[in-house]
Amino acid sequence: MTKQIIFTVALLITLGIFAFTIRRIYKFFTLTKPFSISNWGKRVSLMMKVAIGQTKIFRFPVIGLVHALVFWGFMVITLGSIEMVIDGLSGLERSMAFTGWFYDVVMASGDIMAYVIMLSMLLFLGRRLFISVRRFSGIEMQKKSKLDALAALGIIFMLMVSLAGINLTYVQMHPGGYEGVYPLSAALAPVLFGQGRDLFVLHEVSWWLHILLIFAFANILPYSKHFHVFTSVPNVLLSRLEPLGQLPNMESVANEVRMMMNPETAFAPTPEGQAAPARFGVKDVEDVTWKNYLDSLACTECGRCTSVCPANITGKKLSPRKIFVDLRARMKEKGPGLLKDLSFDDGKSLVRGFISAEELWACTTCNACAQECPININHPTLIIDMRRYLVMEEATMPPSIASMLQNIQNNGAPWQYPAEDRMKWAEGL
Amino acid sequence: MSDLAALGETPEYLFWVGCAGAFDERYQKVTRAFVRLLHHAGVSYAVLGTEETCTGDPARRAGDEMTFQMQALTVIETLKAYNVKKIITCCPHCFNIFKNEYPDLGGQYEVTHHSQFLRMLVEEGRIKADPAVFSDKTIVFHDPCYLGRGNGEYESPRAVIAALRALTAEMPRNRSKALCCGAGGAQMFKEAEPGNKEVNTERTEEALATGARIVATACPFCMTMLSDGIKFKDKQEEVKNYDIAELLAMSLGL
Repeated sequence: MTKQIIFTVALLITLGIFAFTIRRIYKFFTLTKPFSISNWGKRVSLMMKVAIGQTKIFRFPVIGLVHALVFWGFMVITLGSIEMVIDGLSGLERSMAFTGWFYDVVMASGDIMAYVIMLSMLLFLGRRLFISVRRFSGIEMQKKSKLDALAALGIIFMLMVSLAGINLTYVQMHPGGYEGVYPLSAALAPVLFGQGRDLFVLHEVSWWLHILLIFAFANILPYSKHFHVFTSVPNVLLSRLEPLGQLPNMESVANEVRMMMNPETAFAPTPEGQAAPARFGVKDVEDVTWKNYLDSLACTECGRCTSVCPANITGKKLSPRKIFVDLRARMKEKGPGLLKDLSFDDGKSLVRGFISAEELWACTTCNACAQECPININHPTLIIDMRRYLVMEEATMPPSIASMLQNIQNNGAPWQYPAEDRMKWAEGL
Repeated sequence: MSDLAALGETPEYLFWVGCAGAFDERYQKVTRAFVRLLHHAGVSYAVLGTEETCTGDPARRAGDEMTFQMQALTVIETLKAYNVKKIITCCPHCFNIFKNEYPDLGGQYEVTHHSQFLRMLVEEGRIKADPAVFSDKTIVFHDPCYLGRGNGEYESPRAVIAALRALTAEMPRNRSKALCCGAGGAQMFKEAEPGNKEVNTERTEEALATGARIVATACPFCMTMLSDGIKFKDKQEEVKNYDIAELLAMSLGL
């Protein structure tokens, strides 16, 4: 009974803190702009393929496979964790065993995957500590980001050690028979423990360590880049479905252009009740869509985007990953002030304060970043939205861009050639 | 287009020449090669000529939505006047904007990139390349971003090249992993930001490393960037940069 009470209290504390965090993040979403979602059938199949099937992570085949194994392992192990919560609350032991063969399959795969993930974590840790992987560096990769990664890997490693501890002691304590199947633990336990040792304490320690680590991890995640564990599957489900080449239309501009091009309304005052849009493009966190912000929460800073960016490869300042790291950091900085007062202004902004015009102008909109992102983050649309702010609100741009725009306005081509010359190519055909 | 309209005729396709196709000296040759192919295959088409104007793509990608939309509405009005339903273009940027972005402003067309159109002509047997012309040449194809990643079209240009019966090579970064030439997103019209290398040099080096003597493209901006890159590497004597339409026209002796 004491065990049940302690467990219940621990669970309530965990859920309480988690609810507090999620409510805070939800409020940040209320500061953002709309992004419409339809076509759920296509979305679900995309989620099954890209998120559950991990198809895009395999674009880096070797390390991608390790990630996919960890992900699939977590899926089966989570089922076991749910059973642990039911056991903890009810005081039962192995409460899901009545599901028979299903239980055997889940437990057996969870047991194997625990060791697979343990080894994967050692591999990931070793890679981060001893091998210099280019995409793990960059100006946006501060010391905090690196510690964040190591901490998450360390916690997951301990989660797997404790899970293996539970399985090893459980099979060894019940030589006469037990619920479920644990192929690797059953083979390893006799080697590790020998006969006749009292493993009760070790079993209890493993059990509590595992469940309390889960509780702690769940509450650390939202403050770390590993929030990705919760956000990446929804992020894929809510992906932009348009072709990568397509930029979203600005309805606010369309209205203005229609009025300008219609002689009857061109010089008329703005109709009543039709307020001018607050701002063209994205200057700060309140201008981004909720999907942009979700992208920033889902980014786990793997750097695949930056590693394929032509601008970054050739030494320019732009790093697509940094755009989303900055967005998340800026929301954390400005969000609380905005929630108290929507006109809050700290004299800083996302564009220029965090992301320079130089970075924004270096993008070729080639979409290599968006193509590579394993969880369908879309960088170029946000970059263009920031350019829209620079050009339409600040009217700042490289001089050559200004002349290109002038040429289009004056003679209908980005170069200074008159329309009369448009058929010169056909001369002598 | 206006000449045919005066005669009361409506061609099946509008061939959208594009600003580069009309004004860029190098790309004018591609335009010429492509219309020779259209004539050869007996395609019913017309061009807008002096009535054509920029689609607004570089303006939109530079962040000037106002200029883009003014251009787009002008173009949509012109196309409406000629009752245009089907558009072919050699420029992936024009292709992308007509196909994906004009519908938001009320312009709905069936849009085909010239790589797709040429593939169709080849597969229907309306164009038969002479297999002897390129049989001893190696061709490497550079994927334009707005055709490839932007619209998922990787195979049509390769199918056109395959029809030449040439030897082919691939760069390590090809198809969805292709490296940009460096010109997209209005970069064509500005200096690059400070860095340690030009994007087109990086891509040209990759193309040259394949050993191919012909670097094929299907985009006017890619052509400018790669031709410049080849000159920068001082390889313009051995390595040539052609559009797939030019290669096909050459194989037919057009």
